[in-house]
Amino acid sequence: MRKGRASLEFENPPVIESSAAVVGKKEGEGPLGQAFDMVEEDPMFGKKTWEEAESAMQEKACRLALEKGGLKPEEIRYLFAGDLLGQLIATSFGVADLEIPLFGLYGACSTIGEALTLGAMTVAAGYGERVLTVASSHFATAEKQFRFPLAYGNQRPYSATWTVTGSGAFVLADREAVKEKRRQEKSLQRKSGPGSPGLAVITGVTAGKIADIGAKDSMNMGAAMAPAAYSTISRNFMDFQVDENHYDKIISGDLGEVGRTVLLDFMAAGGYDLSKVHMDCGIEIYDSSSQDTHAGGSGCGCSAVTLSAAILNRIRSGEWKRVLFVPTGALLSTVSFNEGQSIPGIAHGVVIEHRRAEESQEE
Amino acid sequence: MEVNKKLYENYVKEITPVHSKGVNMLWAFLVGGLICALGQLVINTLIAYGMDRDSAMAWNQLFLIGLSILLTGLNIFPKITKFAGAGTLVPITGFANSVVAPMLEFKVEGQVFGIGVKAFTISGPVILYGILSTWILGILAYVLGLWNLGW
Repeated sequence: MRKGRASLEFENPPVIESSAAVVGKKEGEGPLGQAFDMVEEDPMFGKKTWEEAESAMQEKACRLALEKGGLKPEEIRYLFAGDLLGQLIATSFGVADLEIPLFGLYGACSTIGEALTLGAMTVAAGYGERVLTVASSHFATAEKQFRFPLAYGNQRPYSATWTVTGSGAFVLADREAVKEKRRQEKSLQRKSGPGSPGLAVITGVTAGKIADIGAKDSMNMGAAMAPAAYSTISRNFMDFQVDENHYDKIISGDLGEVGRTVLLDFMAAGGYDLSKVHMDCGIEIYDSSSQDTHAGGSGCGCSAVTLSAAILNRIRSGEWKRVLFVPTGALLSTVSFNEGQSIPGIAHGVVIEHRRAEESQEE
Repeated sequence: MEVNKKLYENYVKEITPVHSKGVNMLWAFLVGGLICALGQLVINTLIAYGMDRDSAMAWNQLFLIGLSILLTGLNIFPKITKFAGAGTLVPITGFANSVVAPMLEFKVEGQVFGIGVKAFTISGPVILYGILSTWILGILAYVLGLWNLGW
């Protein structure tokens, strides 16, 4: 059902059936380290180039998500995937062997939000029983493409964020398909851990528009993205006619410390107090004091792996009943940047809710 | 969104934490000075062993460039620059690092399109405008010399 100008509410909300998060060593040493499915110590993932490494990581995340759901690639109708690199090379070389029909997406660090939005729309509309969504980023590929060679000596400003080496994959499935699977296997209890038999479902989405406030500092992406987060969150409130109290958590992707300040100030000016419900994946993923990451984590992988490792479990367990997940992207290009253009931002909102599993186990 | 761009820029500047200039300058002074002292030590030693001054200075440059390349390859250079800043970047050590770093990064793209094309992506502007400014100064020196105002 259409809601307001940019939102949808699903009458038959797609279930996030399974997910996986694969990260690098630094992320594994961070506060969420224990929660990731796989921490790869070798930043090259056993490959010859950084780009191949990111592809390998993305494929690993996809295969793990499928494995955890007891699924085979053939059971997936469509794949929505993206990364930060030019022409999405991490994705094209990463997912080729899965042989799932692919939609390649670019939303900078908001990519997983875009993928979940389109995936949920596809499943809710009945165009696929199951779809897979995945996004990845790698510190070394991002530095190489957007900034300096790794061995080049320079000083990062405190507003700079650290690109997360990580990939998060999510299987979205029709509720009926999930019930069917559970009937067949009856093994979900074991997979989601004892005492957490709940489901995480996507009940609505709010698609973001480009928000360009003229930010020009590529070392301060939080300030470039915060207006986009503000725009999407306010749009979500307007479209669903709710406010910040409607959600247990409002989670932005990778605003970092500076972006968070901007977002809270903007929302306060709009009459909303987000200080209690807001959380930022970029701030959660690293310990900035001991890991020297400055403003926080960023990249497609940042929000994706945090959603998989530290958010979905709390929604499934019912600790959080309703969450607004808003991955944020700074659409930085070295070409337009050198030509004097500003850095446009975008953010997509995904409403994820807790559902008790009993409902689906009956019948 | 109805937000003045200039206002936003100022607001962001206000809430963004920055490095302490004093601390940065102190480290740059100490490390930069240390590099210069090391260079002087090399020159003095070579002269003491009988080398002429010009040759000693050339050998010293080679030594510092070589050291910088070695530290870049061992990934130690960026760790020093992180706190030393201009202290390592302004001397010839910084120049060596800026040439070798892209070579290491792009060598997987091949000898020609990787190393060859990308070697001077960072140092290229320094070379180009360095030559341009010496050329301008050269002309200036020549013209002033014509009027016996040369230095």
